[in-house]
Amino acid sequence: MIDLLDKHKPIAERHARMMAMGVNAVGLTNDKILSPTRAMINGRETILAGTNNYMGITFDPDCIKAGQVAMAEFGTGTTGSRIANGSYALHKELETELAKFLKRKHCIVFTTGYQANLGMMSGLAGPKDTIFLDADSHSSIYDGCTLSGAKLVRFRHNDATDLDKRLTRSEGEEGGRLVVVEGIYSMLGDRAPLADFVAVKKKHGFQLLADEAHSFGVLGPHGRGLADEAGVEDDIDFIVGTFSKSVGAIGGFGAGNHPLFETLRYAMRPYMFTASSSPASIATSLAAIKKLAVEPERRDRLRANSARLFAGFKGLGLDMGCDTVSPVIAVKCADEVSTIAMWNALLEAGVYVNIALPPGTPSKLCLLRCSVSAAHSFDDIDKIIALFGKVVASRAAA
Amino acid sequence: MTASPETIDQICKLLEPFNSTGKVLSPDTEISADLNIDSVAVMDFVMEVEDHFDIEIPLNVVSETHSISDLAAVVDARVKKA
Repeated sequence: MIDLLDKHKPIAERHARMMAMGVNAVGLTNDKILSPTRAMINGRETILAGTNNYMGITFDPDCIKAGQVAMAEFGTGTTGSRIANGSYALHKELETELAKFLKRKHCIVFTTGYQANLGMMSGLAGPKDTIFLDADSHSSIYDGCTLSGAKLVRFRHNDATDLDKRLTRSEGEEGGRLVVVEGIYSMLGDRAPLADFVAVKKKHGFQLLADEAHSFGVLGPHGRGLADEAGVEDDIDFIVGTFSKSVGAIGGFGAGNHPLFETLRYAMRPYMFTASSSPASIATSLAAIKKLAVEPERRDRLRANSARLFAGFKGLGLDMGCDTVSPVIAVKCADEVSTIAMWNALLEAGVYVNIALPPGTPSKLCLLRCSVSAAHSFDDIDKIIALFGKVVASRAAA
Repeated sequence: MTASPETIDQICKLLEPFNSTGKVLSPDTEISADLNIDSVAVMDFVMEVEDHFDIEIPLNVVSETHSISDLAAVVDARVKKA
């Protein structure tokens, strides 16, 4: 008999090497969450700088209250999918509110952000269609594309000219064409050059989807994401997003203006064959989105904090993931062993950041990835900069 | 389907920068398994192949090619089609 798990032995060996250097960097336990920016980890109060909690909204009293009320009124779970017994008035209310926020005619809510991409890619494209996806796309996009059965063509990251070339190569083939880009890329923090992609769209004619997972609530004068910031919302056919970052809950959504958009509810397996979001999660998402609409000061604080951390790291001479300020600020490191060592040293000094290693990163990069929150104080940001100076910059200089 | 020796030779040259093992490349070399190249690097390598031959090799096809000769056969077929 061939043991099915034998193929994972190299993963076990790599994980053992990591554990030998300190604690589990890819499964760290938060013993207690004290606030959007603090947790107790290994008996120590730790600054959280790798949570994607961009708006710092997870402990907002109004959101907590909304969740508590929903749980009391609707119960702990829905015990069914949206196409069976799992569509509650709350789900419909959230979809209506979100469509209004996004200025889109239709919105469909999913149980997780991952499922939103699985559902949207597989609902929009089928085996006769082609999906052109950015090389640095999130795994949920790749997995959704695979689920669709469509032909998959990968174009060079953020390169509209490369997309143009690949579209030209496929000219005359049957089926529809979907191009997928992201607002902010989760590993390096760079934005898609949306205006350039829109120009290619006008030349070739295709449907364009933007995954605003890391930019929804964060970018743009109204917080609608990169399309809002770039002023090209009318040219983006479909938006995907998540509630697990700026909204501080769990869930995801797809939105658009297409007259057949609602039909996707009956064509997306990841929507149809899973239980719908729990009432408490839907209610907290709804409360948070209402806040994002009327509290632009959260975005202002996030921008100020991001700019401060970015400038601080620049001042240390760190090699960063991109040249533009966003709440995702990644520091490139030399190799896996030194990255793990520095990650452990930062944690011991009282700051948690994400560790990101190949193949989860583009170009085989080893990264210490920070995500900034509106709830960080300038003092927090300065402490993070000081610790990176002590742990990371000093090692790079050595 | 047999691949042409010229295509195999060109693919080997394109693959060399991704080969950190020092192993000598041959038509039977399994690109991912033998050279310890992860899934993202394989896709990056195939992009280089696409641009070199000015053809399209969808990811669905990449997942079914394992050896250098498999890939070369795909390239030959697609160059001919183009």
